[in-house]
Amino acid sequence: MHSGISILFAGQNFSRLLGGLWISAKISIVSLVIGIALGILLGALRTVKNPILRVILRLYLEFFRIVPTVVLLFLFYYILPKNFNVNLNAQAVAMLVFALWVGAEMSDIVRGALISVPQHQCEAGIAIGLNGPQLFRYVLLPQAIGLMIPATINLMTRVIKTTSLLLLISVMDVINIGQQIIEANRQTHPDGAFWVYGLIFILYFLLCYPLSAWARHLERQQDNNA
Amino acid sequence: MSWIVIQQSVPVFAQAFWLTLKLSFYGIIGAIILGLIASFLRYFKVPVLRQISAVYTEVSRNTPLLIQLFFIYYAFPEIGIKMSATAAGISGLIFLGGSYMAEAIFGGLKGVAKIQVESGLAIGLSRWQLARYVVFPQGLTLSVPAIAANVIFLIKETSIFTVIAIPELTNTALDQIGLYYHTDESLFVLVIAYAIILIPLSLILTWLERRARRGAFGN
Repeated sequence: MHSGISILFAGQNFSRLLGGLWISAKISIVSLVIGIALGILLGALRTVKNPILRVILRLYLEFFRIVPTVVLLFLFYYILPKNFNVNLNAQAVAMLVFALWVGAEMSDIVRGALISVPQHQCEAGIAIGLNGPQLFRYVLLPQAIGLMIPATINLMTRVIKTTSLLLLISVMDVINIGQQIIEANRQTHPDGAFWVYGLIFILYFLLCYPLSAWARHLERQQDNNA
Repeated sequence: MSWIVIQQSVPVFAQAFWLTLKLSFYGIIGAIILGLIASFLRYFKVPVLRQISAVYTEVSRNTPLLIQLFFIYYAFPEIGIKMSATAAGISGLIFLGGSYMAEAIFGGLKGVAKIQVESGLAIGLSRWQLARYVVFPQGLTLSVPAIAANVIFLIKETSIFTVIAIPELTNTALDQIGLYYHTDESLFVLVIAYAIILIPLSLILTWLERRARRGAFGN
């Protein structure tokens, strides 16, 4: 009988868990980069006064908001290969789903920030002869970006937390590896679940806490300036 | 996609639909109670308990529900706390939701205009009277949209209960896919079922937000 915590350091266990965490981090980073870029584009388009475009983008946002992420993962995981003959591996499916989801959420953050830039800023821009894209690039975006940052950081922590669902479409993430370690050591470490899940719990906290503390700090700064 | 398959699976999904609603209901009620307690501890600056509630909020908000559930369902029995999957699911939802509700409620309390508090003090209200007659009625009203947003969030999170094999909607759909390979039909019914629950709630939320904004203009 071993003391429980030794399960974490037996053999390659610890580095395997960190390796699993890296896969989650990689999927988060890729989907955030693509999703934020997509969201800025879509958010800008949502401020355009075109009713058809508005309805389409609103439906896109609401679809990704209403369907739980677990279900989104399964939808893409099952339906892409079966009905569209697109065979992506589980990691690529996860990146695609997360990127589209981040894009939807981000579009709302961007839209919210853009419409809160005072109207007279736009009018002043038009008065000095800026065209649409210039107005966006030099007047709206620089002023809106500060407002977007705290919400975007919170979105990052949500994405990191949501990577825990990757296990469901059999990505070898940190939880999946944790389960393997618990199963493989069932005989020698009957209390393995406590230590392994405890460690994963702490790892997620260590990733998310600094980000959410940073977002809160920025929000407080903006409140004080307002 | 076959309509007959969809028709045949409706009774199974109906059962899962009610279970999802039931679990969400208990989880959300528990989360609101926990959130009220945590935000009141913070509001009244109760020593020690306030720090505990702050630590709880950070831990709960910065870890995923899935690992919270795994910890409650698989790790707790090893230290002598055993519970059924359903009880573990509801406990997990309360643990997660409590901190989100606390933030929503505390945010509302903080949003009460300073002049209201100062006026209350000026007419000689005690700290408790101030809370009871001035801050809570206004603050709790202000927090309603955020609470409603959390309700939607928590209902969606019940889909994660599938990992501890609670036969709610997502679990039932996966079960149907595993048993009969009716992938398209099961996923279709699943999305529709969530839409039936969440679209009306999301419309109510939009309405509440609009009302809250109008209320704020009146100040």
